[in-house]
Order: sequence, then structure tokens, then C-alpha cells
Amino acid sequence: MEFKKLTMALAVASVALPIATTSAGAYELTIPSLVYRTGPYAPNGIPFANGVADYYTLLNERDGGIEGVRVNLVECETAYNTQQGVECYENTKGAGESGALVFQPLSTGITYQLIPKASADKIPVFSMGYGRTSAANGKVFPWVFNFPATYWSQATVFIQYIGDQEGGMDKLKGKKIALVYHNSAYGKEPIRTLESAAEKYGYQLILLPVDHPGQEQKATWLQIRRDRPDWVLLWGWGVMNQVAVKEAASIRYPMDKFIGVWWSGSENDVLPAGEAADGYLSGAFHAPGDDFPLHQDIYKHVYDKGKGAGDRGRVGEVLYNRGVVAAMWTAEAIRTAMKIHGTKQVRGEHVRDGLEALKVDEARLAELGLKGFTYPIEITCENHEGPGKVALQRWDAKAKQWKIVSKFYEPLRSITGPLIEEDSAAYAKESNITPRSCN
Amino acid sequence: MLYREAGQFKTSYEADQAIFTIRQDRWLIVLALAVAFVIVPLVVNDYWANAILLPFLVYTMAALGLNILVGYCGQISLGTGGFMAVGAFASFKLMTAFPEMNLIIVLLLSGCVTAAVGVLFGLPSLRIKGFYLAVATLAAQFFLVWLFNKIGWFYNYNATGQITVPPREVFGFLVTGPMASPAVKYLFTLSLVVAFAMVAKNVVRGRIGRMWMAIRDMDIAAELIGVRPLHAKLSAFAFSSFYIGVAGGLIFTIYLGAVEVTEAFGIDRSFLVLFMVIIGGLGSILGSFLGAGFLVLMPILLKNVMVDWMGMAAVTAKHVEITLMGVLIILFLIVEPHGLARLWQIAKEKLRLWPFPY
Repeated sequence: MEFKKLTMALAVASVALPIATTSAGAYELTIPSLVYRTGPYAPNGIPFANGVADYYTLLNERDGGIEGVRVNLVECETAYNTQQGVECYENTKGAGESGALVFQPLSTGITYQLIPKASADKIPVFSMGYGRTSAANGKVFPWVFNFPATYWSQATVFIQYIGDQEGGMDKLKGKKIALVYHNSAYGKEPIRTLESAAEKYGYQLILLPVDHPGQEQKATWLQIRRDRPDWVLLWGWGVMNQVAVKEAASIRYPMDKFIGVWWSGSENDVLPAGEAADGYLSGAFHAPGDDFPLHQDIYKHVYDKGKGAGDRGRVGEVLYNRGVVAAMWTAEAIRTAMKIHGTKQVRGEHVRDGLEALKVDEARLAELGLKGFTYPIEITCENHEGPGKVALQRWDAKAKQWKIVSKFYEPLRSITGPLIEEDSAAYAKESNITPRSCN
Repeated sequence: MLYREAGQFKTSYEADQAIFTIRQDRWLIVLALAVAFVIVPLVVNDYWANAILLPFLVYTMAALGLNILVGYCGQISLGTGGFMAVGAFASFKLMTAFPEMNLIIVLLLSGCVTAAVGVLFGLPSLRIKGFYLAVATLAAQFFLVWLFNKIGWFYNYNATGQITVPPREVFGFLVTGPMASPAVKYLFTLSLVVAFAMVAKNVVRGRIGRMWMAIRDMDIAAELIGVRPLHAKLSAFAFSSFYIGVAGGLIFTIYLGAVEVTEAFGIDRSFLVLFMVIIGGLGSILGSFLGAGFLVLMPILLKNVMVDWMGMAAVTAKHVEITLMGVLIILFLIVEPHGLARLWQIAKEKLRLWPFPY
């Protein structure tokens, strides 16, 4: 009987304690983080999640949070699966006193799922460089932000880069460009842009889908060997990237004519191919590496105190830095929201205003210890994509380093603009949305 | 003591053939329905509806369908995901082509479309059996998913192949889209599932169900006593696909609201529903509910216990959850190979004798 009572008491205590500890205390900024540290995409999901977690830990440890209000990061595991993403969204949207302030779904499928839901719940969605491209039209998607650039902008940048390498855009005529893409909503995103650019510049586009998860690409690369495209673009994610780079190496496809999307350009993707991956290119909107003052702060305030989310040696990897930049822009948006509304107890709808008025210029980047890390951005009511600029980075297999090798290209808005207009109008019609006015 | 049928006499054929012959069973089911229809809608919130009850109900519907085919007619199928995709895309096309059409009619028509597709892919079952049939239905799974991903007409030529549900009302209540209240969505789905479960229960007790079971138990003997395999097998495929198609339509319209065919209806969905049927109990309507409940609710329960109560990190909890689910499935199948429904049956038999088993 005594033992039974004891176990009962323990059980009750273990249930009651966490509830008691979370309900007490000061106002906290609850930011859910939908991560995938398991499943087929985990190798890419883990460094990103670590970057996000470390940046908020740094803010909490060094500055006591954002403007003195602590950040409560709630991680929820989605395994890159839409259903689990929905469960995570419903589970975390009311978390904490503030409720979820902003969602970063980190998967195109989950983003599509959350766009209508979060808009109804008045929580902004920040799908940084992924998700629905036409969400760049802030008139139709007031609650969704996809700055600093979209897949469509990136596709036009690649075409410009190829034009520069070939010696002018008029030289594109008659060239063959192959797109190897993940056969899903994510991978299909650039097709329309590349098709309309093909009409304009006269190159031939070859579409080569690869089915989830992308381990089987022999047939795809055989086709590339046969068709000999002049350039190959890769729209992959997770294990698909490594396989593609290895297959390209095995058919001796020249790596300097092989360009990956920014999700196909991390250390994980090229290391397995070894020396053969040297010279592989990918899109980027921020710098790789850990030689920024902010990273030194992360080492000092997070890892030296044993609070790091991941492996110290992997701080500064491409996807880690992408997590950092996502967290940085989110934190700056919350700061902006606090300024606009004059309160430190911000809610989801305040953060939306903050995102829409977000301005992070060179001076602010320098203050944050991220001088030269990325380009300045300014978000407006109509334009939720921001500047849309993309550079190319190259993999140096000997030094095991990524390095930015081109200028930051401006996207070809003459191509993406009408497409965004068309796609967002179709969405507005399907969902009975009247576009708001931005004046 | 409480659960005893002594003194309950059946004086008419009607009473003898009732679904629930024991009075206590009838009370239990009425009570359960009363709670489900009256109490739950009053207290349900977004989390309970969208993350727990809706997936449970739509997967119950799919499990009901597959149970008809696998459990009652003995034809093994791995095409469930593909057939659900047919239902989802049929609903999408119908809803966008005929905006005025009532959602219930849309779902029923989607079920009919899926039934037709199911019959088509069921044709090989007349010549091949067992594992070979499983492989043939696997082809349906891959073909259908590929088709919906490849042909632009199915997703109205949008940029990504992702389909999104337009907002629709039923009897003046908004049921689809993000603005719909969780209680309305829940009640709508629940009504459909309960109605369909009743139909299934009655069909499997009647002539058609007996025909299926005869084919399942020994097809040659069934043929000799006059059951036509063509009719029996194809009607099982049609019935089963109809249910699965409606389930697919519900997943798209009510539960998820936006789906991408490769992700929402992949091969893992087929296995999930098959596991529901096996774990719940082959050839049992109750088993479909129990199996869906087990495989949908258990991971969420484990996750909430580990993350929210025990304070475990999300990723560790996920790993433990995957392991625990595997262990639990093996454990259940060792303890009771006939599924959860059989466990319930044994419990009822014991209850009748309790507390004087001898």
C-alpha cells in the first residue's frame, strides 16, 4: 500500500510540476520551431534547427531576450510530414502566454497547409525562401512572408548567371538546360519561370523529375549523359542532393555547369562525393562560415556554457547559418513590432505588422555582428519577397569550404512579376479573397 | 453482474436479427453516440478536432473500406493510398467545376468515381490471388499517384500540383477551409462515418456480405454452391473503394484542406491503413474503429506524454515514440493475433460470467 501511494504521489508530482513551472513567471515570447531531426530529410533539418535554436539561446543568454523579454523556443518534430506538421501547428499555436508569434514551417507542403490556417488564426507565416512563391504578393497574402527571395527569383538569377558565363543573354539561344527536380510542390516551383524564360531567351528546357526521397537517380543521369545538356539545375532536398552530386560526378558531368538551388548547397550535399564535387555551384542569400562577430558570440555565450543545440564543430555550416539568418530576421521583426505598437507584450498580429515594416540595413547588420553576412532588406505592404537578390557559391573540395563567387544578382522582375500576379490572382479567386489595398 | 443477458428474451425475428441483441450493448452504443454527438462538439477545440478527432474519423472511414475488401472478402490490397488520392482529386475537380454542388453530394460522387477505378484495378483479382494480387494493387498505388502528379488537368494546371480546398457550406454551416469551426467539421465527419459504418455493418450481415465471406473462406467451395466470383470480388472492390474514396475526399476537404499527392497519399498511407485493419481486427467493423484509433491516437498520446509531461526534447521523444509504436504493435499481435476487436470480444465473454466465472 505504501509503495502504491508513493508511486501515485510521484506520478501526480511529475504531471503537476511542469505545468506549475510554466504557468508562473514573466511574459515570454513564444516562437514555435517546426523542426525535422528525424526522417529522410533530417541531415538538412538538423543544422537549420540548431542555427535557429542557438541564435535565440544567444539572445536569451547575452541580452536577456529581445528588448529584455525572454524568448521561449518551442520545438516540435514534424519529420517533414504534413500531418505531423498540422498536429504541431495546432499544438503550439496557443502555447505560452503570448501564443505563437510566428510560424516557420520549414517545408513547402506544411507551408501550403498553414497559409490559410494561420491567416485565419492571425499568426504570420515566415517561409524564408521557400513555400508558395506567389505569397510575395502582400495584397493577397497579408499573413505570409517569403523574403529575402523566392524560387522564381532564384531561377531567373541562374539564367542570368548562365548568360554571363556563356557571354551574353543572346548566347542562350539553342542551349540545352536540364532541371533535375524533386517531384513535389517544392521541386515544381521553378518550372513555370524557367519555361517563360525559355520562351524569351530561346533555350531548350529538359525536365527530369526525381521521386521522393530521391535515392534512385540512375535513369535520370543516364538521360543527362545521352542528351548532354549544357547546364544542369538541381532542385533537390535531403538525400536527393548527395545522390545527384555523386551521380553527376560518376558520369563526369562538369561541376562548374551544375547549379543547385539554395537548399541543394550545403556541406552535407557535397562531402559524400569527395574531390569529385569540386566546383559545384549553388544559390545563396547569405555567406557561409563562422568568421563573423555574431558567431564568436555564439561560441562564447552558448557553446562555452554548454547550451549549444548541436555540435560545436558544425557552427557556421551553410544550413546552420540559414537557421541563424531566419532567426535573426524573425527577432528583428519582433523588435520592430514592439516599436510600432509600443508594447513589449507583442502578439501574433503585432509581429505581422513588424514583419511588414521590417528594415534591416547595412548599419543594423553591422550592429548585430553580421556585417557582409547578407544583403539589406526592406519589406513593404505589397512586396513580401523583399529584394529577391541571389548570389552563387562554389564548393572548394580541397579546403572543404563554400565560397560566394558571384555578385548578388537582381531577379528578372519582368518574368516573375506577371507570374506572381497571375498565380496569386488564381488563389484569391479560388479562396474568395478580395486583395487588400496597400495605399 | 451488470453485463448479463439472462432474462432478455427475443420474441420476434426482428429482435433476433438486431445488430445489438443485448440490452447493455444497446445502452452502451447509445451512450457513446450521445457523447460523440452532443458532449464532444460542446467542448471540442481546434487542437482536438484538427489533430486528433478528424484524423481518427477519416482513417476509420478508410479502414472500414479496406476491411470490407481484406477482412470480409479476403482480397489483399496495397492500393489504398492511390484510391484515397482518386477520392481527393475527384472532390477537387467536382468542387471547382461545380461550385454550387453540395459537399455531401461531392463526396458521394467522389466515392462513386473511386469505386469505378477500384473495380478496374480489381479485375486482375479474378485471375490472381494472394501475394500476386497484392503486387497488382501496388501497381494501382504507384500508377494513380504518378497520374495525379503528372497530368495538369487534375490539379487545374496550377504551378505546383498542390490542390487547395475552396470554402463550402453545408446546410448554412461552413465546413471546409480554415474559417470553419472545429465542432462543425467534427460533426460533419462524424455523421458521415457513423452512417457509413451502419451501412457497412448491415451489408456485411446480409446476402452480399455472406457472399464475400464465402469467397474469403474458400473460393472454390463458394463457386460450387453458386456464388459468382466475378460479382463477389468486384462488388467487394467497388464497396471498398467507395469508402476509401470518401475517406480520401474527407482528408482533402475537411481534415487537411490542401494536399500534395505524393506526400499525402504515398505508399506509406496504404500500409498504415492495412496495419489499422490488421491490428484492429480483420472482418470486424468495430475493429476498423479500434485499429484507426490505435494507430492515429497512440503516437500523439505518446508524444504528448513525453514532451509535455515528462519534458523530453521533441527529437528524443520522436525516436522513443517510433520504437514504442513498433514494440506495441508486435506485443498486440503476439497477445492477440486476431486484433483489438477480438480482445474486446473476449472481454465481453468474461464480463458475462463475472464475478462468478465457474
